[in-house]
Amino acid sequence: MGRAMGLAGLLLGLVVVPAVLVSTSLRHGAPRTEAEPSGWELATDTVPEDSLWPLPQQVLTYPRQLQLAPSRFQLVHGPGSSAGPGCGLLQDAFRRYYEYMFGHSWRRTRGPRPLAARAEPELLQLQVVIEAGDPGCDRHPQPTSSEAYYLTVTEPVAILKASEVWGALRGLETFSQLVHEDDYGSFLVNESEINDFPRFAHRGVLLDTSRHYLPLKSILTNLDAMAFNKFNVLHWHIVDDQSFPYQSMYFPELSDKGAYSSNLIYTPTDVRLVIEYARLRGIRVIPEFDTPGHTQSWGKGQKDLLTPCYNGRQPTGSFGPVNPVWNTTYDFMTKFFKEISSVFPDEFIHLGGDEVDFTCWKSNPEVKEFMKKQGFGNNYAKLESYYVQNILDIVSSYNKGQMVWQEVFDHKARLKPDTVVQVWMANNYAHELSSVTGAGFTAVLSAPWYLDYISYGQDWKKYYSVEPLNFPGSEKQKKLLIGGEACLWGEFVDATNLTPRLWPRASAVGERLWSSSNVTNLQDAYKRLTNHRCRMLSRGIAAEPVFVGYCAHEAR
Amino acid sequence: AENEPSWETPCTELHVYVSTPGCDGFPSLDSKESYKLSVSRGSMLLSAETIWGALRGLETFSQLVGRDENGTYYINETEIVDFPRFPHRGLLLDTSRHYLPLRAILETLDVMAYNKFNVFHWHIVDDPSFPYESSTFPELSKQGAFNAMTHVYTASDVRTVIEYARLRGIRVIAEFDTPGHTLSWGPGAPGLLTPCYMGKAPSGVYGPINPIVNSTYQFVTSLFQEVSTVFPDFFLHLGGDEVDFTCWKSNPEIRAFMMEVGFGEDYKKLESFYIQRLLNIVSSLGKGYIVWQEVFDNDVKLRPDTIIHVWKENTLQYLKEMANVTRAGYRALLSAPWYLNRISYGQDWIAAYEVEPLNFEGSPEQKALVIGGEACMWGEYVDVTNLTPRLW
Repeated sequence: MGRAMGLAGLLLGLVVVPAVLVSTSLRHGAPRTEAEPSGWELATDTVPEDSLWPLPQQVLTYPRQLQLAPSRFQLVHGPGSSAGPGCGLLQDAFRRYYEYMFGHSWRRTRGPRPLAARAEPELLQLQVVIEAGDPGCDRHPQPTSSEAYYLTVTEPVAILKASEVWGALRGLETFSQLVHEDDYGSFLVNESEINDFPRFAHRGVLLDTSRHYLPLKSILTNLDAMAFNKFNVLHWHIVDDQSFPYQSMYFPELSDKGAYSSNLIYTPTDVRLVIEYARLRGIRVIPEFDTPGHTQSWGKGQKDLLTPCYNGRQPTGSFGPVNPVWNTTYDFMTKFFKEISSVFPDEFIHLGGDEVDFTCWKSNPEVKEFMKKQGFGNNYAKLESYYVQNILDIVSSYNKGQMVWQEVFDHKARLKPDTVVQVWMANNYAHELSSVTGAGFTAVLSAPWYLDYISYGQDWKKYYSVEPLNFPGSEKQKKLLIGGEACLWGEFVDATNLTPRLWPRASAVGERLWSSSNVTNLQDAYKRLTNHRCRMLSRGIAAEPVFVGYCAHEAR
Repeated sequence: AENEPSWETPCTELHVYVSTPGCDGFPSLDSKESYKLSVSRGSMLLSAETIWGALRGLETFSQLVGRDENGTYYINETEIVDFPRFPHRGLLLDTSRHYLPLRAILETLDVMAYNKFNVFHWHIVDDPSFPYESSTFPELSKQGAFNAMTHVYTASDVRTVIEYARLRGIRVIAEFDTPGHTLSWGPGAPGLLTPCYMGKAPSGVYGPINPIVNSTYQFVTSLFQEVSTVFPDFFLHLGGDEVDFTCWKSNPEIRAFMMEVGFGEDYKKLESFYIQRLLNIVSSLGKGYIVWQEVFDNDVKLRPDTIIHVWKENTLQYLKEMANVTRAGYRALLSAPWYLNRISYGQDWIAAYEVEPLNFEGSPEQKALVIGGEACMWGEYVDVTNLTPRLW
């Protein structure tokens, strides 16, 4: 999915390449006008907020600093919390965030406070207090989960309050961003008060594991990076035309015949691992099984699923989209989505529905016959909608909500009231947002955030400058835009270049979706983003540079 | 069984025959890299005039060896006669915009060898940082590196790079770009850069190297004396690109000098004045030099064996430049269509592949002056996190 690869993509590539060669101000590297203010000078008077990403809704920091001793500082459950030591999710997070904050410090041996310590008072603990009766420790994050938190950093203990564990995870990330080292290696944090919650509830990253297989490690590393940026949805575009790496229980032939090779698959264990790893970071995993188009690889392992294309009366031997006229198709989908519904715990499944090429359907005599019978005339969009509606019904019957690409809405399929429409076509997407929300459907925005479309220079700025609610519509409509997704389609991406291509460019999208709409200053963002990027490096994420400069802890 | 391939007797040895003695030297522009590879029943022979050809042949041989689905290694009977079309096939890395750890440079040299590149153009210092530890002027990196303890190339590092490259038949051509692109030189060499003026008072900002004071030429002589010893290749790249005249124009002493020597308002003449003196210094040190095209474009008087590096890209104007440079009798290096730092979506390797360096109007003698080209990976947006997948 994405853009129709093939002709359109090739044309795009051909247009873009000469455009680059025609640039006027040709200098060695970036033109001088791109010079950032002190782009590579180490700021001596850094302010604590200089390091926060995304910027919280309300931040108050005070000049008074507190010291943290790695050997004594603890992340603990606070009194009155509905979560305790039995809350595996928080226990795991405590260990993880301790490591992020003090990990590379060698002075972690136990011991009393040395006499020649700094004068500042010591911060002994961060107490985490979950306030809701059911903290959510053993649940999966859902669209309605609360991610708000309230953080006060003051001596002798800092307090992190959140309704549910998801907010605590967000707060821990922020706290870890406040802790900094001074010139002597002492850990300090400014007294602060932070009140934070996300502007949009759906903040996702799309990964495509069909155009190129992504090893598990790649996916897990990416989940780490997502957590550092407060993303909360992994949209796993797991199969497509080129390969089918998902190992299905009911239909093992799908990956046996459809994967690139027998080792380039995701076993049920792999899938469980991704889901759990994500859960521990407050990230939902929404799988996408895109049909009826983008399904070439399904046909390898499932005979008679795809439409045979015809040349006159003869089958050509090639296949098109899923065959919408055979009952066997819906028998298959019923069984297949039963499995998917049980394997993936999220409330939603993405059903795709994009870029269906009608040519093959039009060539097939049975399909043509069916069109006549149904009275669809020559309108194949109606056939597509007929198919999609059936799939929506099937998936609904398993109590799952559905996400679809915009074509499904554009071609007027009858959607369920809670179907989420993902707007991806760049041309006039504001208009599309108006249409979708105007018709009463929830929308997720991806159109301006196709990060696979690389270009020279600081393109993070253009992602950052998107204002999702800039479309004509009422207050009520705007509430229906629940968030967005940064998409990294896989035509030119695999484990060799995934991380630097995605980060920190996706960070720009992350802040746009979390922070307040008035956080738009590019100079301030540049400062914070470069700091944030260095921090990601120190946490093992090979995020690429924003511009000229360096990090104290370079990539390993 | 019926379908088994008929394996011939296994070949156990590749014989490598080099006709010109000498394993301990450095590759040069004139090095012969031709080789012949002959694989037949019971005999595998790689013969080359020099060790450099042998290296190229070994790479090719390693690409011919296949492995079947049983894991058996095999090679087809083969006859190969090979030599490079252009003798200078380079790659530029920029270690000033971002520091590149040694391992990134060494890894790049490995991949260069897989691709038969033979020149590593080390754009080692520039405006943002000065990572080169100079023994003559230690303050340059002390004050000019991003971090003088961690983001520097020690003398040992430099030796490591040179030897690692040599073992792969790769020349290391260092570029110390002047008089522009030198901001990082300022802190460690007070008085070297031109103080810019705002009206009658210095603004506190600095510009290119100050071409009118003798101390500049003393400094340059000493520095290049060191650089000439450290880097064994015959050629040094002296830069000379993108000199911004604004600061020179603002400085009253320089304006006075311009009047004195009769340059008037033509600052290209001042740039020439500096460059000519630099070229003389470097020549007297027994080195040849490569300069960016501005030096040629601005009518600096050059020695006939100067190599001009063509980099400006403006709707295929570079082909005109290639014609001009070679018509004037200078050798040319092409980089303009190969700025790999300028990324774009899709299979952009195709555009780079389709470049034909000799597609300009000129006589065969002119075209013979094109000695090759260089892919450039400028470092504004590149460091060790993304260097390798961006380059290869």
